[in-house]
Amino acid sequence: MTAAHSTDITSPARRRLLQAGGASALLIGFALPRLQRPAVAQAQAQTASNTFAPNAWLRITPDNRVTVLCGSAEMGQGVLTAIPMLAAEELDADWSLVGVEQAPADAAYNNPMFGMQATGGSTTIRAHWLPLRQAGAAARAMLVAAAAEQWKLDPAQLRTERSHVLGPAGQKLSYGALVEAAARQPVPEKPVLKSPKDFKIVGRPTRRLDTPAKVDGSAQFGIDARIDGMLVAVMARAPLAGAKLKSANEAAARAVKGVRNVITIPSGVAVLAEGYWAAKKGRDALDAQWDLGDKAALSSEQVAALLKEGAGKAGAVALESGNTAEAAARASQQLRASYSVPYLAHACMEPLNCLAWVRGDEVTIWAGTQSQGPAQGILGQIAQITPAKVKVNTMLMGGGFGRRFAPDFSMDATLLSKLSGSPVKLIYTREDDMAAGFYRPAALVQFEAGLDAAGQPLLLRADVAGPSIMAGSGFMKLPENGVDAMAVEGLADHPYAIANQRIAYGRVEPGPQVWFWRSVGHSQNAFFIESFIDELAHAAKADPLQYRLQLLAKHPRHRAVLEAAAAKAGWGKRLPAGHKHGIAVAESFGSYVAQVAEVSVGKDGTPKVHRVVAAVDCGQTVNPQTITRQIEGAIVYGLSAALYGKITHKDGRVEQGNFHDYPVLRIGEMPKVEVHILPSGEAPGGIGEPGTPPIAPAVCNAIFAATGVRLRQLPIDTALLVKKTG
Amino acid sequence: MSIQLTVNGKAATLDADPDSPLLWALREELQLTGTKFGCGMALCGACTVHLDGQPVRACSTPLSAAAGKKITTIEGVGASKTGRAVQAAWIKIDVPQCGYCQSGQIMSACALLAAKKKPSDADIDQAMGGNICRCGTYQQIRGAIHDASAQLNRKGG
Repeated sequence: MTAAHSTDITSPARRRLLQAGGASALLIGFALPRLQRPAVAQAQAQTASNTFAPNAWLRITPDNRVTVLCGSAEMGQGVLTAIPMLAAEELDADWSLVGVEQAPADAAYNNPMFGMQATGGSTTIRAHWLPLRQAGAAARAMLVAAAAEQWKLDPAQLRTERSHVLGPAGQKLSYGALVEAAARQPVPEKPVLKSPKDFKIVGRPTRRLDTPAKVDGSAQFGIDARIDGMLVAVMARAPLAGAKLKSANEAAARAVKGVRNVITIPSGVAVLAEGYWAAKKGRDALDAQWDLGDKAALSSEQVAALLKEGAGKAGAVALESGNTAEAAARASQQLRASYSVPYLAHACMEPLNCLAWVRGDEVTIWAGTQSQGPAQGILGQIAQITPAKVKVNTMLMGGGFGRRFAPDFSMDATLLSKLSGSPVKLIYTREDDMAAGFYRPAALVQFEAGLDAAGQPLLLRADVAGPSIMAGSGFMKLPENGVDAMAVEGLADHPYAIANQRIAYGRVEPGPQVWFWRSVGHSQNAFFIESFIDELAHAAKADPLQYRLQLLAKHPRHRAVLEAAAAKAGWGKRLPAGHKHGIAVAESFGSYVAQVAEVSVGKDGTPKVHRVVAAVDCGQTVNPQTITRQIEGAIVYGLSAALYGKITHKDGRVEQGNFHDYPVLRIGEMPKVEVHILPSGEAPGGIGEPGTPPIAPAVCNAIFAATGVRLRQLPIDTALLVKKTG
Repeated sequence: MSIQLTVNGKAATLDADPDSPLLWALREELQLTGTKFGCGMALCGACTVHLDGQPVRACSTPLSAAAGKKITTIEGVGASKTGRAVQAAWIKIDVPQCGYCQSGQIMSACALLAAKKKPSDADIDQAMGGNICRCGTYQQIRGAIHDASAQLNRKGG
């Protein structure tokens, strides 16, 4: 995900928001003063008497507890812990008294980097680093002012510590004791923020607040939502967007015990039943037949041919510098290579689902969704009501990875509730989730490079082909120059010093809907450029690490993570027989990650990844434990894709359906992963995605070192590696 | 058809199709939603429960096979010493990310530790190989199993 809007959070609009929120807090009880839905605001007020709510983000109650409202959605990336940490730090709260609640969908919780309430693009910390700290600092200043008034002292004489205001003569009042007086204080125009050196919570490894509920089964995911009288829907989904239903045996579905309704909507035929099993049996009985139109012959061979053709015609220029033709004439060595990757499914552990209830002019959904804000608008359109009447209950997500940014499952559930008149919980089967979904684009690049006599690169040409996420997203547009920024990210802005370059994009649309997949374009482009740079190093007879470093003179943060990962991994030192190192680096979402993979290849061609050492510079940190875990997880996600991941097509349909033909990494294949976080005073970077891009090239570069085989296609084809090592 | 189940020590009578999976009876009839749906084909382990102490995939276990047996789910596993130790280790090591697979992981880990007090890494690979985690918490899962094992052995279990 790339930010749709960049927003200066110190902007007047932003300040107005804080002020408006604070001003309303003079009325004790309006916990969420900017709520646009009176009914909800009233409900909040009833439960919130004696509550100090200086802004939309936090409440303090007389029992001295702090509750932080998190507008971002939790999909494992730890926002339900990191967001409260930011507010608690500036509030000087006792962390053991801090809790978190999922905020409702409301403009007050818009992600400033998106201009809407949505979770993606590794933006949560970057977007909320200042607003949440300001929220905490404003509340603290008001609590101090309240104590100063009570003690008849100058606020400057007071300090705060662990949810208490302390006076110079040993006076002490808990925040809880000050809630009513604090609510009468003016909201500070510019709350003073701490210097990072004074941080007590931010920057320290902190346990997740949501762990206990995830260990005893009580955590509520979207699929766990339930209301009386709801029906469960399972759909025969159109295999491709635009497919037309030819036939479906509705009578057979209705004959299944427990089936209550069969409804055809644009995306397929839904069977509504008393429970999942009856709905699925009914769905299977439909035996739905589809007319795939001009996509009936879609195959992976066709996709590959289209990609090749697209690269040959790549005309949307993302980067042009110097003169590549002139440089080619001077080169003493020329290299050409073509790399490609397939479509990929997200394969979240929790199959997509949504419970929707359309009642008169109100829509309520319970869903694990990354796009609560946009859902209000989209579902409002479906129900023909104003977005403000769409209530979104954000549930925990059993994985998101970008897939839950799409509105398809919440749209279908809403439509089915509207048409049936019942609350409807739509559940995708695993096969539905995988076969009729949204995919990481298949992509292909044709590289050309020229080296001088010393092995230094004189030129780089890259012609990239693939479908456009921007054009197909429904909320972005392909810019006039025709370059999909996501198709070339990480490639058109690679950091290596090469004077003559041309990087161009050729849009190809084979048919399957494409979408954001953890690290988006970086997921394939880091594999492309970091493998090809390795090829250049080999051609130059140079060490892959040293070759990179000398081309990165102007990029100290890239250099630092490369050097740290190499040092921690023991780059250049002796490894067990048959083991080799590969290295790769990538900057994405504002963070820098280098990885060294230690790999061996068996006689049957199976690669074994023994160890991965990652070095990360993500600027200032909030929760280092989360950073470490996100990098580990991103490596597992990228490694699953590198080793196994492919969505292929035959006769217009996806060939994979479940984890037997779309395998993912299991515990026995888990390498030892070490994550080293570099100290930094820079602005925070994203952390959910940046660990994924380097892993595929690091592993493939190690395989090259072990076997001499350059892998230019993912997933790794073990047949190419048979008997290539000792 | 009427089916008798014993879940977490409590008797329950369901009017259900004996061929339907145990998973949906637990989730929809008994509202024990800690047991998760992941694949429907016994491929991912998210729905792991114990049937007379043995780990089974509830998505592929027909109700008829569960009738009359003792069923333990994530909501009830803490009643046993092993379950308590495993859940405590999961909290201590702060294992979960998204958390969706963790009920199944914990149920598989408890069954492993009940059968083998000091599992090796190879034992863990074997016993936990049927449980997928897309967030990649495998290192923490392994660490938590070793930790729970140490706790159980220290207590002279």
